[in-house]
Amino acid sequence: MIEINDFTKKLISAAGLSGYESPVRGMIEEVWRPLTDEMHVSRLGSLHALRRGSLPEPRPSLLLAAHMDAIGLMVTGIVDGFLRLAEIGGLDPRVLPGQLVTVHGKKDLPGMIVQPPAHLLPENLRNKPVPLGYLLVDVGLLPDQVQKLVRIGDLISFAQPPIEISGDYLAGHSLDNRVSVAAVTQCLIELQNRHLDWDIWAVATVQEEETLGGAATSAFQLRPTLAVAIDVTFGSSPGSPGHKTFPIGKGPTLGWGANVHPALYKAFKELADRLEIPVAMETMPRSSGTDAMALQVTAEGIPSMIIGIPLRYMHTPVEMVAMKDVLRVGRLLAEFAAQLDDKFIERLTWKEAEKNK
Amino acid sequence: MNAKSLNKTAMDDHSPRIGTAQIQLLERLCNVCAVSGNEGEVRSIVLEQIRPHVDEVKIDALGNVLAVRRGAGENRLRVMLAAHMDEVGFMITGDEENGIFRFETVGGLDPRQLAGKAVLVGDDHLPGVIGAKPIHLTEGEELSQIITLETLRIDVGPENGKKVKLGDWVSFATRFARLGPSLRAKALDDRLGVATLIELVRQAPSNIDLLAAFTVQEEVGLRGARVAAYALDPQVAFALDSTPANDLPGWEQGSCFSEYDCPENIHYNTRLGLGPAIYIADSATLSDPRLIRHLVDTAEALGIPYQFRQPGGGGTDAGVIHKQRAGIPSVSVSVPGRYAHTAAGLCRLEDWKNTLALLHAALSRISPQILAVER
Repeated sequence: MIEINDFTKKLISAAGLSGYESPVRGMIEEVWRPLTDEMHVSRLGSLHALRRGSLPEPRPSLLLAAHMDAIGLMVTGIVDGFLRLAEIGGLDPRVLPGQLVTVHGKKDLPGMIVQPPAHLLPENLRNKPVPLGYLLVDVGLLPDQVQKLVRIGDLISFAQPPIEISGDYLAGHSLDNRVSVAAVTQCLIELQNRHLDWDIWAVATVQEEETLGGAATSAFQLRPTLAVAIDVTFGSSPGSPGHKTFPIGKGPTLGWGANVHPALYKAFKELADRLEIPVAMETMPRSSGTDAMALQVTAEGIPSMIIGIPLRYMHTPVEMVAMKDVLRVGRLLAEFAAQLDDKFIERLTWKEAEKNK
Repeated sequence: MNAKSLNKTAMDDHSPRIGTAQIQLLERLCNVCAVSGNEGEVRSIVLEQIRPHVDEVKIDALGNVLAVRRGAGENRLRVMLAAHMDEVGFMITGDEENGIFRFETVGGLDPRQLAGKAVLVGDDHLPGVIGAKPIHLTEGEELSQIITLETLRIDVGPENGKKVKLGDWVSFATRFARLGPSLRAKALDDRLGVATLIELVRQAPSNIDLLAAFTVQEEVGLRGARVAAYALDPQVAFALDSTPANDLPGWEQGSCFSEYDCPENIHYNTRLGLGPAIYIADSATLSDPRLIRHLVDTAEALGIPYQFRQPGGGGTDAGVIHKQRAGIPSVSVSVPGRYAHTAAGLCRLEDWKNTLALLHAALSRISPQILAVER
């Protein structure tokens, strides 16, 4: 039996930057295989795993999308054994100096991001944040060793080890969005031995941090009836505006706005209330910044929903979540999947239609 | 000079060597927490390591460990060796509830090195993080400003928050690691000196009285060394420290990589791989030329690589030792280290080996005769 905290720690310790997700995908595949009936990898590298339902064909299906790609860096140059850098995904260069990293060269090399001494920086950066273009990675090897082992284009992952904090909190890098992969895993665990009318596609998507290309192509290939993007959202933390953030450990968020089908929101909200799972409405007035942006507009359009796991310090190597929120999302997804029946789609109506009934 | 030729020429059977045991000891020393004023964890290790080898040992009023290992025979020079036990870090200064704390820095820390780091809080080493606002919620203008200490917080989670007290000391949580020929750790400044001094105490040359001072509060004003030098009253002193190796490539808009040029870095202070750094002058000390000469002669005679630290800036325990009592001829010798006073420093194992070799050899050859010539 898979233990979800241990699995999450393993997930954030695995490499898998946007566009290069195979290391983490292998790990997910192994855990999802016994929990699902069928599995394959998409052309862009997303993992598709099916729990088959029992309604007659053509059977409606629910797609649960959690992106597995992580932010990181890429080698753009080598000088005197030091590496120059570009970002993969959105990074604040101000959190980079002093971070431990792994350079995925001919072999994995431990290293760190370093800020050059003041005299080696332009005058105007003496008391300013140092832009990514001036930061370097030092792998501690001699220049000729580096030349042999590292090439331009090699990937660099964060290497901050997972930090377990009492009270069931976990901190580390890439919790965005490996915790959602863990939540979907928890959903599959809870669905074991449960009857399903609908097909449930658990999908670990690729490239969310860069292009949303994984969600778009997986949704096209699988053509689900409904889709849910599971991603992290902003946890309340020092310096972050209160009205845009949600306390960690106090339950997930349900997205609300143009990316979300309102009837689907309502269904999730009612279910959460019935299950006594605390949830908060997360207003998304324009776009959600999640896979749902791609899911919603795939093919002829897919009614979509967004579930958020509050996470502090997003896109730093010390992101922090409350694991109980992860379990809550797993349970909410499982109960939602289990109650889908042949009439569900008929109930997915617009509010003016409700009024006219 | 490479390692093989060094082994042939410099090391006699009595020379201390750095092997697995010594590296493991350095690892222990780096991984414990000992911010200035709270050096207890390093002090315990030091006492455990040196007790069997010294004639006298005591902890003084400030927390320095002062130990004497007497030699044998006539005309023994009383030589003080100082290495500071403390490291830079933080102190908890404000409780904002639910595990969120304000903090201040202890010792010289660039605020640009703090955001997004893992830390250990208090005597129980409670895990915490120094968070940062998500880039998604950061406005363009903010990105061009330093994240100030004023806005940073340490987060230990709501449950552990109840166990944290104002005044708790905090260290970076980085674990020691070997990176090929290099060592990566927090607090290499100055656990390298502490580990070196422990080895010198264990294998002290018998021609001297070795007066070991494992000092406190170096990072906040050389306080421990001042009283240690008074108490030990040596004839000469060596400060063993780790000095910055600023030997990174330079940048200038121009060429090199299509858009940048790499001008020669002429202010490197020291360079990794070139051996122990001998100080001629820093902002606190003009090293005693007799001791510099002695170190250089020893290195040349035995083929031990060495480098001069570029004169200027900085300071070590020697800054207060040389002015103690009626004056104590002093010099500093450092293992070069990159990225001092950050979460992760880096040094070369070979430089550490050569530093120990040079110091041991220099001490073995030193006598009161060195003071016969006037400075």
